[in-house]
Amino acid sequence: MTAIRATNLTKSYGRTVAVSDLSFDVEPGRVTGFLGPNGAGKSTTMRMILGLDRPSGGSVLVDGRPYAQLRRPLCKIGALLDARAVHGGRSARNHLLAIAQSNGIAAGRVDEVLDLVGLREVAGRRIGGFSLGMSQRLGIAAALIGDPEILLFDEPVNGLDPDGILWIRTLMRKLAAEGRAVFVSSHLMSEMAQTADHLVVIGKGRLIADTSVDEFIGRSSQGYIRVRSPRLAEVADLVKVGELHPDHLRVTGVTALEIGTMTARAGLPLEELTFVQPSLEAAYMELTKDSLEYSS
Amino acid sequence: MMEIIRSEWTKIRSVRSTVWTLAATALLMLGIGVLLCVAVVNSSSPPPDAAAGVRLPLAGVMFAPVAIATFGVLVISSEYRTGAIRVSLMAVPQRLKLLAGKVVVFTAVSLVVSMATAFVTFWVGQAILGAATLSDPGALRTVVGVGLYLTASGLFGLALGALVRHTPGAVVAAMMLMLVLPQVTTMLPGTWGATVHKYFTTNAGIQVATPTGGDALGPWAGYGVYLGWIAVTMIAAAVLLKRRDA
Repeated sequence: MTAIRATNLTKSYGRTVAVSDLSFDVEPGRVTGFLGPNGAGKSTTMRMILGLDRPSGGSVLVDGRPYAQLRRPLCKIGALLDARAVHGGRSARNHLLAIAQSNGIAAGRVDEVLDLVGLREVAGRRIGGFSLGMSQRLGIAAALIGDPEILLFDEPVNGLDPDGILWIRTLMRKLAAEGRAVFVSSHLMSEMAQTADHLVVIGKGRLIADTSVDEFIGRSSQGYIRVRSPRLAEVADLVKVGELHPDHLRVTGVTALEIGTMTARAGLPLEELTFVQPSLEAAYMELTKDSLEYSS
Repeated sequence: MMEIIRSEWTKIRSVRSTVWTLAATALLMLGIGVLLCVAVVNSSSPPPDAAAGVRLPLAGVMFAPVAIATFGVLVISSEYRTGAIRVSLMAVPQRLKLLAGKVVVFTAVSLVVSMATAFVTFWVGQAILGAATLSDPGALRTVVGVGLYLTASGLFGLALGALVRHTPGAVVAAMMLMLVLPQVTTMLPGTWGATVHKYFTTNAGIQVATPTGGDALGPWAGYGVYLGWIAVTMIAAAVLLKRRDA
């Protein structure tokens, strides 16, 4: 069963369209990265999934039903939107206890998730004194409290130190390996390259790509050859194709061997002759840049 | 519904503002009552009659409503201030049930504390004055009325908190509606003005918490009118809670 299904999802605030005609599926057993520049509509989409914001058009279903119709929703889907959105005066244990009780989850589960995220020792302390990393762990504990088969994280690594980032990455991989659907948003392609199996990319509220990570790289830029030389202008005249940058020449459509042969015959010295692989980052930049140009 | 009530009970008992605002309510009642009783005992005027003996110790009922209304406001506005309302609504997407859970738990906590405060204040006052007992006409109704009036005032705060979603704004709204505007209505002209004055929020509500009526509404009619104000505010808050994005 599809974990999350958005169909022609639209959200507008007055004249501003935050999300426009967005359709995608989130499947179990894999990490689906939800990518887009800041302001692309990722958080709005997540709030609509969780029944917090009402769509202006279209629909989004969680396990086949609108969120508001889920009974004990936390046992089906767990989410972390903003780790700081908690009452700072409450202890970590009471915070989680109140959440557990609202969905009829046994109080014993609170200590289980506290152990899972490594907050058992500070469970009695006020949340207000927690570091961002600790708050993030508490938010993840709250998301996991109902042992849900669907998990949703909004920018979970923002502001974390490398240890925290690694911990969250590992956790997301593990949750997906257990057969759960993991839907995680980020504005950093490099972050998704490390964790996601599948990508839903949006820009200005519109779908740009819904594809596997490998396909995503493949269908975008083809890579190029970077040429550097102390006599770059002469090399550029000789090769004819390619764009000239201040310190290098960027060539597509000709092999490195052909360039090397030509310059060797002309007696021009080369400093560098490299085939540059398209990175996920570059592919992402290129796609989102296009979307901004074409959508306005 | 029991699950939601259990959860809201955990929330309300695990923050300090609950203790502060309830303590402030009790201290205002007790403090003002004791001060007035001591002042009367020490003055040279003749000893108070039974009606004044009931009214004087409970005089704090003029001001305590704002303290308990602040408690009501905070029960919901603190969730909006921190963003925790989203966590609550994710757990309980049936929004009216969430609001109902808060109302039930808040009413229970407020009623217990308000009633206890009313009776303790009355007895402490009589220990100083020795002017009235609960068996005097209207005395028991007045003391119980103070408990009910304070509880209703807290609910007014909760409704305003849910409506305004912003702590300072809701507290100011509560003070305007419960303290300032009821006084302003005395300046309205004619019989029309007198009627508005009589039916306005706490002018009506406080009748149940004072011994004598005068030309005002009767104690229970007045309390009913006050509950009407609160119900309208609560319904408006509920409609908006259901409609608005969280």
